[in-house]
Amino acid sequence: MKKTQRIILLVTGIFIFLCINLAWADSIVIKGSTTVLPIAQKIAEAYMKENPDISISISGGGSGNGIKAIIDGTTDIANSSRFIKDKEIKLAVEKGRYPVPFSVAYDCIVPVVHLSNLINNITMSQLKAIYKGEITNWEQIGGEDRRIVVISRDTSSGTYEVWEKKVMKKERVYPGALLQASNGAIVQIVSKNKNAIGYIGIGYVDDTVKPLTVNGVVGSVETTLSGEFFISRPLYMFTNKWPVGETSKFINYVLHPENGQRLVKEAGFVPLYY
Amino acid sequence: MGFTQKQKEKFTHFVFFLVAAASVAILFMITLFLFVEGIPIFEKVSLKEFLFGNYWYPTSEPADFGIFPLIIGSIAITITSALISIPLGVMSAIYLAEIASARLREIVKPIIELMASLPSVVIGFFGMIVVAPVLQETFDIATGLNIFNASLMLAFMSVPTICSLSEDAIYNVPVNLKEASLALGATQLDTIFRVTLPASISGISTAIILGMSRAIGETMVVLMVAGGAAMVPKSIFDPVRPLPASIAAEMAEAPYRGDHYYALFAIGIVLFIFTFIFNLAADYISNKCKQTGDATL
Repeated sequence: MKKTQRIILLVTGIFIFLCINLAWADSIVIKGSTTVLPIAQKIAEAYMKENPDISISISGGGSGNGIKAIIDGTTDIANSSRFIKDKEIKLAVEKGRYPVPFSVAYDCIVPVVHLSNLINNITMSQLKAIYKGEITNWEQIGGEDRRIVVISRDTSSGTYEVWEKKVMKKERVYPGALLQASNGAIVQIVSKNKNAIGYIGIGYVDDTVKPLTVNGVVGSVETTLSGEFFISRPLYMFTNKWPVGETSKFINYVLHPENGQRLVKEAGFVPLYY
Repeated sequence: MGFTQKQKEKFTHFVFFLVAAASVAILFMITLFLFVEGIPIFEKVSLKEFLFGNYWYPTSEPADFGIFPLIIGSIAITITSALISIPLGVMSAIYLAEIASARLREIVKPIIELMASLPSVVIGFFGMIVVAPVLQETFDIATGLNIFNASLMLAFMSVPTICSLSEDAIYNVPVNLKEASLALGATQLDTIFRVTLPASISGISTAIILGMSRAIGETMVVLMVAGGAAMVPKSIFDPVRPLPASIAAEMAEAPYRGDHYYALFAIGIVLFIFTFIFNLAADYISNKCKQTGDATL
């Protein structure tokens, strides 16, 4: 009887020791926006390669969920494609958290059409009229005689918010627009539909769709940073309080021109420095 | 071990009661949670504005929380898919139970039931990549992502349910009923439509309702192929945005415990009420016209 007890004690002891050890191994949890996800993933991979004793776990779930995780204290870093809202700050403060924003990259949103579309350039006012449902045929802006199928992002996505602010000037996208849940879905639909117009982050532009110039300006890294291209937004990582320890090292890595920022560009986004 | 037989019996009873109670309690708590998180939106909008409002702009300032177009979208898709899946499902059930040879039945029925295990995201992907462009070209419409496409894909999903359950019901009709009908000189077709079908109507109705309730609650397919435009459709080739698609697409980005968040949970309540009614109806019908031996006709 004594012997079995001793063995049980030993096994439990080892188990508890391992658990504590695992919990103490340095780890960073990142949650939030699916727009920032590819950036965070690329940077985290490189960071873990350089610092093998640190494990970073990343998940998506959307900006709202990321910020909620900061408020709940279930993540170290929250990715967000929008700035934190007043209500969220209030909730955070009530729970004794203090979210700190770091702008880590810029996203540039480009209108895209089907490859066979004759239009190359579009003006901001034409874009607005199309998304308000006032221009309904490509002929009205110099294209073929086809109906325009307007494709937009979900009203709760960060990309939509930028579009609403920069293109719609706070007016609403008309209800007939097809709302899609991701950049990928918009590329998919626009590449298959001759009538369609959509908008996506510059990182998602590939050779299956045709990006339009806006007011004669090509959407690119250069034009976003110079401010010539209007439809762009900063992307954020939020931490609870000013970051310390491993989180702070990681944030520094993200902001470093030759480490994180180089990878931001590789992931198809616009880095902070040019 | 020192326990009497009676104590053991009691203990077993208790354990099973606990397990059963746990699943009921969990379901009850989920329902409670749904209502607790959804009700607060009605401090901002009235029930009438919520159900019959025409505009769904949950993130604008000021926001509009009208889900009428979403409800219509869900209903339109459910009805259209029912129009496709009921004839298909019931007809194939009749064929399998009454006309097909036993060997063919052995082969075909498991295949139809396997169709039910196709993941909905695969069906959605198929609808988006393959069916949408074809529809657009064939009917010369603006977009292939519309009510018709979504209904077609949902019909794919509910046919196995409807067919398999109806087939069981038809197959279980007592053979002496059919024999009596045939002995009176009725043809096989007459027997099927005048005797077998009426006798199994409760089972078939239950099958149809369960199939439809699967269609109305289905999320992935409608998110991918229904188009996602929150407006009341004018034809079956118009895009719509059904209730589950709105919840799935917007929940991730809705600020926690904000109005939008509450509104999405309130949509969940509406959806819950819909499927609840469907299931009650199925239960009622299957209880009311129970197939009890030969006395059903």
